[in-house]
Amino acid sequence: MRRTFPLVIAFTMGLLMMIQYFIPHPISQKFYKIMVQQWLIIISIFFYVFAWRSFGLYHINKIKRRKEGWWASVVAFVGVFFMLLAGFGDRIPGGIGHFIYKYFNFDDLYNYMFAPLQATMFSLLAFFIASAAFRAFKARTMEATLLLVTATIVMLGRVPLGASMWKGLPKVVEWILMYPNMAAQRGIMIGVGLGMIATSMKIILGIERSYLGGE
Amino acid sequence: MHISTNPWVWIAAILTLAIYSFLYKDNPFYKFAEHLFMGLSIGYGAVVLWYNSIIPRLWNPLAHGTSPSRFYLLIPIAIGLLSFGIFSKKYSWLIKYPLAFSVGAYAGFSIPVTFEASIFEQISGTILTKQMMATPWLAISNLIMFVGVITTITYFYFSKHHKGLLGKSARTGIVFLMLAFGASFGYTVMARISLLIGRMQFLLHDWLGIIK
Repeated sequence: MRRTFPLVIAFTMGLLMMIQYFIPHPISQKFYKIMVQQWLIIISIFFYVFAWRSFGLYHINKIKRRKEGWWASVVAFVGVFFMLLAGFGDRIPGGIGHFIYKYFNFDDLYNYMFAPLQATMFSLLAFFIASAAFRAFKARTMEATLLLVTATIVMLGRVPLGASMWKGLPKVVEWILMYPNMAAQRGIMIGVGLGMIATSMKIILGIERSYLGGE
Repeated sequence: MHISTNPWVWIAAILTLAIYSFLYKDNPFYKFAEHLFMGLSIGYGAVVLWYNSIIPRLWNPLAHGTSPSRFYLLIPIAIGLLSFGIFSKKYSWLIKYPLAFSVGAYAGFSIPVTFEASIFEQISGTILTKQMMATPWLAISNLIMFVGVITTITYFYFSKHHKGLLGKSARTGIVFLMLAFGASFGYTVMARISLLIGRMQFLLHDWLGIIK
């Protein structure tokens, strides 16, 4: 019941979902629609509970034990609280709802806190990528040189400076992206695809069980 | 110079600077902004989940729907509710049912789709046809593509030592891989730099009003 039944469920669902693809019958199409557009999404909603549980447990534990930087965990909870307040608080009838709508507007919180923080966090990587590249791409080998030269050409070819240096540069970049780059991407895609199919087969046949708890 | 008087712009600017303070070293200002971002992300996710998934897919059909088939939705709800078993040591094994259901279904679903998109489509795009040989330049380019795909795949073939012809092919595959990684790296840097420009524009234009 605890080990075999989940494997039977995975096998049955895997087989049904695989077979439906090859049967162009209305019943099969309805089954696909109900599964993919309704059931699987509804079940996945409940999986968010794990994420919230891990987040809560980790930070509550940090605050309780007064670990180094515990105050930052309080800030994280404040962030959650404000976003939830802005998202749901305006539905509270009366003055409180009006106050929340006016001062903790969801759009303002998104546009002036969430979005700038996200964009800045990712833009920070520009500095680290540059310093990492300097260390990693010293042209010691032929491969590293090739990577460095291609990256430089692509970067220059996508900005006006590159075109002003040499008119043909954007076309060279386009060719690199369309042919040699696409060739490697296709090779990788085919390899990844074969790997995905093999893993999916292993899951359906019950050979791969680690998702059920490291068996 | 027209400094903004909007308090929200000030909050956004201070948070932006707090994140950039990490460039000097890890500090409490960065930690504050980082954890605030994490908390806001989780709260945002919960709100979006509520309005985009729970209300339209669960609440509206069950509370306001008229179709008798709406009660079938109780089945995935029941399966999903088993996830809450994780909160109890005794019943934590119940989580295996919704997991097996989802993972099995997605595994089955992904097999034909992956065959179609990642294998057949890519192979058919690589096979040389007459149209691909229309001009000498196009023929050379497509031949390079063909050689690139074959050699890249041979590089990932680990069942045999990379010696002789296979070794040469794998070595050529590395050349193509490096070209692709270089192009991807260039693209990533460009994307990050454009985000940086965006933040600088915000600080110097929207906040301080130094640039127009």
